[in-house]
Amino acid sequence: MAPPTRRSSPWRTLAALGVLIALLYGVIAVGVATGKASWTPKLALDLEGGTQIILTPKSTDASGKITSNTINQAIDVIRQRVDASGVAEAQISAQGSNNIVVALPGHPSEATLDLVRTSAQMQMRPVLLEAGPAASTDDSTATPTDAATPDATSTPDATSTPAPTATQKYAKSADPTPAPTSSPTETTPTSPSDAAYYLTPEIQAQFDKLDCTDVANRGGGEMGDPTKAFVTCEQQGQAKYVLGPVEIEGKDVKSAASGLNSLPGGGTGSDWVVDVTFNSSGASKFAKITERLKDQTSPLNQFAFVLDGLVISAPSVSVIIPDGRAQISGTFTRDSASTLANQLNFGSLPIQFTVQSEEQISATLGTDQLQKGMIAGAIGLLLVVIYSMLQYRALASLTVGSLVVASILTYGVITLLSWVQGYRLSLAGVAGLIVAIGITADSFIVYFERIRDELREGRALPAAVDRGWERARRTILASDTVNLIAAVVLYFLAVGSVRGFAFTLGLTTVIDVAVVFLFTHPVMQLLGGTRYFGGGHRWSGLDPRRLGVTTARYAGRGRVVTAASVAATAPAPDAGASDGPVPAREPVPVGTPGMTIAERRAAAKAAAAKAAVDEPQQSEPEAGRTDGSEH
Amino acid sequence: MAQGFAQWGNDLYTGRRSYDIVGKRRVWYTISAVLVVLSVIFLIKPGLNPGIEFRGGQEFDIAATANPDQQLAVDTVKGVEPGESPTVTTVGKSGLRIQTSQLTSDQVQEVKDALKTAFDVDDTKISAEYIGPTWGADITRKAVTGIIVFLIFVTVVMTIYFRNWRMALSGLIALFHDLIITVGIYAAVGWEVTPATVIGFLTILGYSMYDTVVVFDKVRENTADTLDQNRFTYAEKANLAVNQTLVRSINTSVVALLPVASILFVGAVVLGAGTLRDIALALFVGMLVGTFSSIFLATPLEVSLREREAPIAAHTRKVLAARAARPAGEDVSQVELAGVTRSAAQLRPGSHQGQAAQPKRRKPTR
Repeated sequence: MAPPTRRSSPWRTLAALGVLIALLYGVIAVGVATGKASWTPKLALDLEGGTQIILTPKSTDASGKITSNTINQAIDVIRQRVDASGVAEAQISAQGSNNIVVALPGHPSEATLDLVRTSAQMQMRPVLLEAGPAASTDDSTATPTDAATPDATSTPDATSTPAPTATQKYAKSADPTPAPTSSPTETTPTSPSDAAYYLTPEIQAQFDKLDCTDVANRGGGEMGDPTKAFVTCEQQGQAKYVLGPVEIEGKDVKSAASGLNSLPGGGTGSDWVVDVTFNSSGASKFAKITERLKDQTSPLNQFAFVLDGLVISAPSVSVIIPDGRAQISGTFTRDSASTLANQLNFGSLPIQFTVQSEEQISATLGTDQLQKGMIAGAIGLLLVVIYSMLQYRALASLTVGSLVVASILTYGVITLLSWVQGYRLSLAGVAGLIVAIGITADSFIVYFERIRDELREGRALPAAVDRGWERARRTILASDTVNLIAAVVLYFLAVGSVRGFAFTLGLTTVIDVAVVFLFTHPVMQLLGGTRYFGGGHRWSGLDPRRLGVTTARYAGRGRVVTAASVAATAPAPDAGASDGPVPAREPVPVGTPGMTIAERRAAAKAAAAKAAVDEPQQSEPEAGRTDGSEH
Repeated sequence: MAQGFAQWGNDLYTGRRSYDIVGKRRVWYTISAVLVVLSVIFLIKPGLNPGIEFRGGQEFDIAATANPDQQLAVDTVKGVEPGESPTVTTVGKSGLRIQTSQLTSDQVQEVKDALKTAFDVDDTKISAEYIGPTWGADITRKAVTGIIVFLIFVTVVMTIYFRNWRMALSGLIALFHDLIITVGIYAAVGWEVTPATVIGFLTILGYSMYDTVVVFDKVRENTADTLDQNRFTYAEKANLAVNQTLVRSINTSVVALLPVASILFVGAVVLGAGTLRDIALALFVGMLVGTFSSIFLATPLEVSLREREAPIAAHTRKVLAARAARPAGEDVSQVELAGVTRSAAQLRPGSHQGQAAQPKRRKPTR
């Protein structure tokens, strides 16, 4: 019950808020200056127009389980395809535990959409030919191809120094291609590695023309005819390959894991490796392949894992692996090893993408809704301002000010997040913002009502502000916690537009707390020290008389302030006017101890009605003060 | 108006004017029960009208066409796909929404092109939406999971915060009450249930709980010292809390409802079917019901539950017995008086405020 003995400086808190806002917009300004951000938040598809596809990867195999790893791999595959198709600003993200949302702005072509919808598969093919990524126009055996893509010639060997990461053999990538001179007269291949049979001039020409430094050629998606040779790129564009026919399907891979290699002595080495385990049919096939490949010369001794039409790894084989437990070693880092293991695991799952919803949104519709929504929000805001003016008079300016600060913060945070996090404002998000007006304003209302309650108890404004704040703070924090829980739960469990809404709801809840603590309360403290509010001007909204405080208040030093004298002199309260350690004085209602205003009034009424009657009620045992009774 | 309102709020605070909300709880229980039963009836018949997101299918939206002729749209679609029976609704003044069963992407393109020609609009004004048959079920499942997780979290948080599970329980009951009525009224209005509607319903979860927590916080504050005094029963103190927070509740709900109402109006009158309208209706109803339930359902329920607690029950008996004994020998006006004061403001004993609170000479420098 003791009045707070310490009051933090309101100015300091306000300064902190100012710094916060300045910082927020400063960061955005830096972003804008460097060309990475813009002053307006990015809009989601329903406002900007575009196509949104929600896919669910489903395992066609009953035993296959979709894990978050699978989803991430599927996203990588789709991203690779979409990036290659040249669509800018595509958003591909996981939503919930098993959905992939692909958002393509503008009007993507049907071909692009098909790229997104098709499923990814893994195959294992033997390597027939390997070369550096760029198109080899100088190769004498190549069919004359002036049609080779311009960027290919303009960047000769620009990327022919591939980082020696996951796959092992790139260092020698630029060696001249073995002349595929053998005549394609053979009718049947002797083995899938029979380069003489598979390496037809057409394939060779295709291979020479292929420029893997161009991202457009690394889209994947095309798996090629499983019985024929296949020309493709390494996934990162570090090499290009001619591959033999498919020998093992992805589903024959049981699992893959990355780890440190085990030394012959039984210890653990320091090199990262990927262990691949095949199932029984895969193991027997793999045993045969390794038997055949181990004696071949490079690059024919290599074996490529092809995911979604792109080579993710092409290790060479040096021993027969009879038990279906292969180990890929090389210059892996911890990350590259686990990436490869994840890719192999993903490829081992026979996955199909089910289109959950596909939405083509015209920008006109969205703009219309946004515009009308904004108008509705503005009208709503205006009504809120009018209503609070009726209710709180001049104090409404604080409500409006707080709402303005809240909107400045919200706008800044949303803009920042749309830059840093890729957040996009959707229509549902706008609805969330408009709804938040009410919830934010509620915090002020709770606070103001608590202050009024304290005024009704007979406190002077500065003291009422402090005590009202103590109580309101608890309530605001408790109720905002509930709101925040709702937002967080919705955000993590929901999909689609629900998520955008939940995000704005949670964001505005946090901003609400920030504004109440950093703006509304300190300003209220300052206002409490002014003549206008502290003195209880009749338009201030905090006029004690309008709040029914008609009785005399003990104002200290033996003076008793009545409502009339307040009106006459409006004494500047000495407490709270400065931020010094002067404690707020609590004026104590004068009257029968323990009696409330209403009781006193009721008692007065009763006394008037029946003058002979004594005190109507016996006071409770209480810490009795012995000041005079007004009865 | 404001003058009267402030005076009224003041009277409520001091207890001069007091509505016996907790005492008449049977009335509120009855009203709530009737509303819930009505909502359940609405849910059965006519029932919720699932939108395309929950049925699956294909939807085309045409914006700003000069000639929003429904028959033309039906004929156009039938011209391309004779087997279809499209549902066509007018959106706003110049928009059309055409829903068909599921089409392949080639069919979609054909229908889209046909519609473009028929209504003379370009690519930017027509949008197509395909919804898989399991999408709605997926959303619903997620929403239900969300509700359950939220309820568990909130129950834990409220139980810890109020240090009493009864408040959490009555909050939960009020929450279900709000949700059922909101969904029921939505069914009665007959608008399509879209993901936006689901968002609205889910927001009501948060709002209803939020509002209940605000009211309960006042109840907690008022009733903290119930057992230390013998003047008022728990129910009376809780009732005072509700009365004192009534002004706050009215102000908050008006302020929260004004923007929502304005979206609802703009959405329903100007825009027609769409995200904004669907969210706004769910929110409008939910907020109204939520405010009602925090005052008239949650708090009385909480009191009913608390009065079963042995210490509270004993205390209530003691207070009532003492009160019954007191008016003996006093005349009628005294009894009336007792009735007035019964639910008056709580008593706060004074305490020493410390030396600093003593009057002292003003420092000359100030």
